[in-house]
Amino acid sequence: MNFKIQDVRVPGPSETPSPVSDPPSGPHPGEGPSAIRKFLLSRGSSAFADRGFRWLMVLCALTIFGIVALIATELTLRSQLTISKFGIKFFFGSAWDPVNGKFGALPFIYGTLVSSLIALVIAVPLAVGVAVFITEMCPRKLRGPLSFFTELLAAIPSVVYGLWAVFVLVPLLREHVNPVLMKLLGWTGFFSEPNFGIGMFAAGVILSIMILPVISSLTREVMTAVPHSQREAVLALGATRWEMIRMGVLRNARIGIVGSIILGLGRALGETMAVTMVIGNRPEIVKSLLAPGYSMASVIANEFSEASDDLYLSALIEIGLALFIVTIIVNALAQLLVWVVTRGAPARVN
Amino acid sequence: MTSQYKTSKGNRMWRAASNHLATGLAILSTILVITPLVVIFIYLLYKGASSLNFAFFTKIPRPVGETGGGMANAIVGSGLLLLVGSALGVPIGIAAGIFLAEFGRGGKLANLVRFTADVLNGVPSIVMGISVYSLIVLPQKHFSAFAGGVALGIMMIPTITRTTEEMLLMVPHAIREAALGLGVPNWRSVLSITLRTASPGVITGCMLAFARVAGETAPLLFTAFGNQFWSVNLNQPIAALPLQIYVYALSPYEEWHRLAWAGALVLIVLIVVSVSLVRFVTTRGVLKGAS
Repeated sequence: MNFKIQDVRVPGPSETPSPVSDPPSGPHPGEGPSAIRKFLLSRGSSAFADRGFRWLMVLCALTIFGIVALIATELTLRSQLTISKFGIKFFFGSAWDPVNGKFGALPFIYGTLVSSLIALVIAVPLAVGVAVFITEMCPRKLRGPLSFFTELLAAIPSVVYGLWAVFVLVPLLREHVNPVLMKLLGWTGFFSEPNFGIGMFAAGVILSIMILPVISSLTREVMTAVPHSQREAVLALGATRWEMIRMGVLRNARIGIVGSIILGLGRALGETMAVTMVIGNRPEIVKSLLAPGYSMASVIANEFSEASDDLYLSALIEIGLALFIVTIIVNALAQLLVWVVTRGAPARVN
Repeated sequence: MTSQYKTSKGNRMWRAASNHLATGLAILSTILVITPLVVIFIYLLYKGASSLNFAFFTKIPRPVGETGGGMANAIVGSGLLLLVGSALGVPIGIAAGIFLAEFGRGGKLANLVRFTADVLNGVPSIVMGISVYSLIVLPQKHFSAFAGGVALGIMMIPTITRTTEEMLLMVPHAIREAALGLGVPNWRSVLSITLRTASPGVITGCMLAFARVAGETAPLLFTAFGNQFWSVNLNQPIAALPLQIYVYALSPYEEWHRLAWAGALVLIVLIVVSVSLVRFVTTRGVLKGAS
């Protein structure tokens, strides 16, 4: 095989090519014409090594596709049982009764969506505010430490957030925040008794802290990708700084900001540990946000290892499959939107 | 055009006021974001440091009701899991990064791979957990450290791929051209010139991925499963630090809460160190110095 490639690459040399096992060690200039010949020959065998190396790298890159495909097929195969038994009704049934073989995923879908929405409502204004402050307003000296801090926030493990939420956030909400909310917004019905502390609202708050850095760092990235000429043009027309940010920066970066928000949503949808620890884990659909709920990821985390029969396991895996598909769509959409804004701008870490 | 814009005094004041308001709101939101971080860190330091002692690193958990004990088995277990994960994730991640930066640059395949890596990065860790469960644990019929390591390894790949790519792209073209001009074959040039130049960045990228999966709990729930006893067998369930924190945090025992805080502090220190390293490498121009 090697000889074939060499024949193509180095036409003509009458002597036998250098042995395969001798990887090219580079030519030694200054040894006369035979050195050039050796060099050409070594190029010949390095072409094989090069090609091999290249294919190895391509193979590793393709592994990433393989992993995604593998996850998809595994999940689909293992959830065949419930897919064929319940069909689409699986996602609209609200009864979750493993003992009697009744499985409906609606309470979990509801819990995931509502807790993620609470998280977005809290996190988006704050994240955009931070991004605006860091990129446009703050003194240069503060910029580094501030963005470092928000990156740190992103790196704290989910279980540590959960730990903190259980021992600090939940008591805080129960004693101080929730009573105020009940008094002010109790008439809407979204904030009513019982007030356990743990519940949908607590999950939303801890989620918002967790997705904030994701949204703000990407927003920062798309905002820095807006060309300086845009800012200068608006300023030259006599705009104040806020008008410059609003017209020159935010308007140009809005698609990317939407993308970063969607990416944050993707994170919130799939977040497991912290949510499991504070959401209350009760498969019910209740109007009050202070009531305990359940999310798709946390039902898997809690019940997977105790799923005794195949149908139960299959139902949980189907929830996982749904989560997988939804997060892939959400993430792909977000990447696309961010890419639309930042393309052409240099790649950046984190 | 000009007639559209009024420059009355009221208008000017309104514009100035909204400018100040916006500035104030941005500062306020920054403070609101920094606060939880500071609070979390203070709490961790306060709770964790007071319960961290020598026994934490050397003893295995005591039964319920007894005081003392540590998380030695969980620390070793996490180390073992991360070792298996790195053995899988680091070579594949770096190779894929090399492909993106050196071979696929700008090509359709490279864009697709980059996109897939980003998407894979966003796949919830719990989904990764159940996939590895159905891929390895179900056929084997028992939980194992190996399965946990594979789950962590897969999660490391996208981060390593992307950071490797970014670091390699920072290496100036002239260096590659110089190597190729000396007649070094391309694969040698990539491995011992480009990758070597970018190695501080690539290594810290690996550390970042390492630190991120070190705190992952969800993928280990049904793969490594956790273990109250000492085990270094790859074929058996194994304890892991985040798993232990999770179990202890939800337990009703004061003593276990103490251990959970200490474990969280250890995790956080590991993560803060690696994130700072990454930042140092990418901003202080260690790479520029090398080139």
